[in-house]
Amino acid sequence: MNRTKRYTVTLLAALALSGLVMAQTTLSLWYHGAGNEVERDIVLQIIGDFNASQDDWRVTLEEFPQIAYNPSVVAAALSGNLPDILDVDGPVMPNWAWAGYMQPLSLSDGALDGFLPSVIGEWQGEVYSVGLWDAAKAIYARRSVLEANDIRIPTLDAPWTFDEFEEILETLQATGEYEYVFDVGMAWTGEWYPYAFSPFLQSFGGDLIDRSTFLTAEGVLNGPEAVAFGNWWQSLFTRGMTPGTSQDDANRETGFIDGRYALQWNGNWAAIPALEAFGDDLLFLPAPDFGHGPKIGGASWQFGVSATSPYPEGANAFIEFALQDEYLAAFSDGIGLVPSTQSAALLTENYGPGGALEVFYELSNQQSQIRPPTPAYVGIALTFEKAMADIANGADVQDTLDAAVDEIERDIANNDGYGF
Amino acid sequence: MSARMVRGRNARAGVAWRYVMLTAVALVFVFPVVFMLVSSLKPDLQLLRDTGSLRAFLPVGDISLDNYAKAFQRAPIGRFVYNSVLVTSLTVVFGLFLNSLAGFAFSKLRWRGRSIVLAVVIATLIVPFETIAVPLLMMVNTLPWLGPDGVTFGWLNSYRVQIVPFIADALSIFLFVQFFKDLPDEIIEAARIDGASWWQVYLRVIVPLSGPVFATAAILKFLAMYNMYLWPLMVAQGETYRPVMVGLQYFFQLNVAWGEVMAYLSLITVPVLVFYLLLQRAFIESIAASGVKG
Repeated sequence: MNRTKRYTVTLLAALALSGLVMAQTTLSLWYHGAGNEVERDIVLQIIGDFNASQDDWRVTLEEFPQIAYNPSVVAAALSGNLPDILDVDGPVMPNWAWAGYMQPLSLSDGALDGFLPSVIGEWQGEVYSVGLWDAAKAIYARRSVLEANDIRIPTLDAPWTFDEFEEILETLQATGEYEYVFDVGMAWTGEWYPYAFSPFLQSFGGDLIDRSTFLTAEGVLNGPEAVAFGNWWQSLFTRGMTPGTSQDDANRETGFIDGRYALQWNGNWAAIPALEAFGDDLLFLPAPDFGHGPKIGGASWQFGVSATSPYPEGANAFIEFALQDEYLAAFSDGIGLVPSTQSAALLTENYGPGGALEVFYELSNQQSQIRPPTPAYVGIALTFEKAMADIANGADVQDTLDAAVDEIERDIANNDGYGF
Repeated sequence: MSARMVRGRNARAGVAWRYVMLTAVALVFVFPVVFMLVSSLKPDLQLLRDTGSLRAFLPVGDISLDNYAKAFQRAPIGRFVYNSVLVTSLTVVFGLFLNSLAGFAFSKLRWRGRSIVLAVVIATLIVPFETIAVPLLMMVNTLPWLGPDGVTFGWLNSYRVQIVPFIADALSIFLFVQFFKDLPDEIIEAARIDGASWWQVYLRVIVPLSGPVFATAAILKFLAMYNMYLWPLMVAQGETYRPVMVGLQYFFQLNVAWGEVMAYLSLITVPVLVFYLLLQRAFIESIAASGVKG
């Protein structure tokens, strides 16, 4: 082949390749996991596989640190620079959908079959987002401690009752061996408060808002059940059973592992360090049943399509592609969270039969209750957080909950009912 | 014992007591930095356990540079520091020039409406940035720019969007006005009689006499810009333009890597310390002269 021919062939090949690349329309994806190498690698793997699997779309990734993510999305929405695909924290999704940042998903029929209900983000009857994982909470305990104090080990089918739980706390406190007997994590301010503590309220029979209308919290956040919860909540602190709002991160992270706390209310993301410390002695126990069933919070980060994306079909194609079991399992193995499907759980190291974290899948499946799917949740979360801290610090329970209800209803009224 | 000896002993005791107090105060300020540096060498669990005792300030236990290595793996620290130093330095340099000229105009030039305009400028000091952040975002999102691609609109994801809006600064102008006001008018009049233009007066007379206020304005501006978080969060959507404070959030995951946080903080503190040490003497002179506190 002479030089001219070689050049011609090379040129044609280059043109063909560039044509191939040109044919792919670029879709931008924003993700909240900057700084987490494992997540980054998995997301990049999914993107790489998707880009190679078809010729129409090419997804590019922009990562944000989690704490900075929501303000960045809001700023982008204000300036008209939203990406095509974005991830969103489950309870925040209705607010973004209502605000016009997101559009409903249009996935194939059956694409979400077998997914945990808590990972499917619905608002106003439409699915806006879907999660590749969920998070779950449990009471961390040590078998040796429970057995030494003749405490029954609860199961998913037979969780501790309210009276039983109270007796257990008193028994453990009477041993005098612990600084605190039940650590709920007051050091973790922010979303942890509504995520972790509103299930207690719901188990007492109250809630953050009346879910039949989503227009009022009257009677559910300040009714007799909610007040009963508030009184119990406050008593945890006045009886010295639970570290208060002055707890720092260091004590939160080491208190249970060092044996200074007997029981700890915690998420599955903290399970591996605890397992390393205690091995088989560690137990993940279901939430107590305070009268209306045991509850834990559900819904973690999920993928959705921005309202302004000119290519929703490409964005939906990517999300559907990402829902494969192998990716759900990869996320679970990588960051320790609950895979969204049972079939993916079977592929994981920890959530399959006999896996160290197997119980979390069923906890998520059986006890999970999503935070109220309303755009008002963003404000409700802040109000509830303040109320929980105030009550823990000794504020009058009824007055505090009444004030919280007023604040929530003011916000809803100021926003014309948030679409309800 | 003579009265002189008693007085001498009392004086020595006074000096000793003063040194004890100064040392105690110095330790209060130094301890957080020591804690940061020492903690950056410890694994997370040990770091957290040590916080309840004096061990928190001592390089004891399992000491290594692992946190630094991991921090560099987790985030492009060099890029963040480069971005911050670039944005901060350019803002400081342009800001010193522009704001000192404004201060000069307000303090030494006679023009109608000067007092009113100065009052308006100073009044902007009480407006929190958060209240103007969104309108500013809308504005910069529509501004034109002439670059290699011709005229484009929208400044998001760039260095200029982090620099230009912060060059003019009411606090710096106020500092310059206060300092320039105390410079004798006779020097300026003499220069004018000798034929100097106003520009020459500023450059040859005012600037050489105003080292301390330039240093003060530079340090205050440097700190404000280096610590900026909300604005870059809103406008720097790509990692390429992110500064150090947004980069700090890379380390706050579900399980916070505290040792890496401390390593990162130690690294990003270096430029601030270097800058302060360079201008330290002039800064202290300025504070001593004007009573301005940072």
